[in-house]
Amino acid sequence: MTISFAQSAAIIAIVAVCTYITRAVPFLLFRGRQLPRSIIYLGNILPTTIMAVLVVYCLKSTTFSSLAGFMPQLISVAVVVLLHVWKRKTLISIVGGTLCYMYCVQVLFL
Amino acid sequence: MKQEFRYAFRQTIPIMAGYLSMGIAYGLLLQNMGYNVWWSGLSSLFIYAGAMQFVMLNFLKGGFSLISVAVMTLLVNSRHMFYGLSFLEVFPKMGKKQAYMIQGLTDETYSLLCSQQEQPDLDMKKVFFFITLLDHNWWTLGSVLGSLVGSLITFDTTGLDFAMTALFVVIFTEQWLSAKSHLPALIGGITALICLPLFGPSNFILPTLIFCVAILLALKPIISAKTEEEKA
Repeated sequence: MTISFAQSAAIIAIVAVCTYITRAVPFLLFRGRQLPRSIIYLGNILPTTIMAVLVVYCLKSTTFSSLAGFMPQLISVAVVVLLHVWKRKTLISIVGGTLCYMYCVQVLFL
Repeated sequence: MKQEFRYAFRQTIPIMAGYLSMGIAYGLLLQNMGYNVWWSGLSSLFIYAGAMQFVMLNFLKGGFSLISVAVMTLLVNSRHMFYGLSFLEVFPKMGKKQAYMIQGLTDETYSLLCSQQEQPDLDMKKVFFFITLLDHNWWTLGSVLGSLVGSLITFDTTGLDFAMTALFVVIFTEQWLSAKSHLPALIGGITALICLPLFGPSNFILPTLIFCVAILLALKPIISAKTEEEKA
């Protein structure tokens, strides 16, 4: 520990409270109010949009300067999609894709 | 109750893999910085935000004012503001559990909850609660394990965290295959890909989501028409 016990605890407490605040914002904004129709619409439609954003977010550190920078992600995402379209079993797709990725980064593109 | 728990447990298995491995990495890093298992366990229990806790490791090295810690946390987690919008009707119906459901709204739990289909014979509110509770448990358990036995793990776990990416890709694929309109997914993907080089990897998520909301609202008549049309 390079900083004191109290300082560490204060940092953790602040990160916890601020994280909670970001998650609570919509519930605080619309508490006890009739929901506007545009908000109901957003609530229904946003998950689909956000899932695409989250996929990009997970792959944000991909680089194209070397094969090792993007091939493992490209191959493994393709494996996940193909497995899923084929079997439609979440667990198979995730386990298959993850094993593929681990093989790629540990062996194939070391 | 048992049925709902068992169902929820199965749903969280992919997250178990990702959260345990990421949690172990977190606990181990914290341990190496001189913070024991109490620090890793309690911080994961109370903060419960994967990426943010890794950022916090830098705060713990010193040199950050508490104000800048607060501002950076709000910025890094700002994407979570958009998640609650999809549960404004469900969570308030869960009574006392609502406050906890809000705390548990991580990227992964949000995605899993959004992908749930109504099940006959199951109380979905209970399923939602158990999914949230189990995910939280995997993350905290992983952190504790990382502190206690992380250094004993000898096999190479590099790349195991891809399980989280794979989960998002699966849910995305599932939504794509069953979607009435591909427009919402395309808007998200394209906006993110444009914003990523524009704002850089660590800052693009908030502008992306703000643009997405603006575009979705602007296209409301078209998207609503498309989704309604095929419902009928």
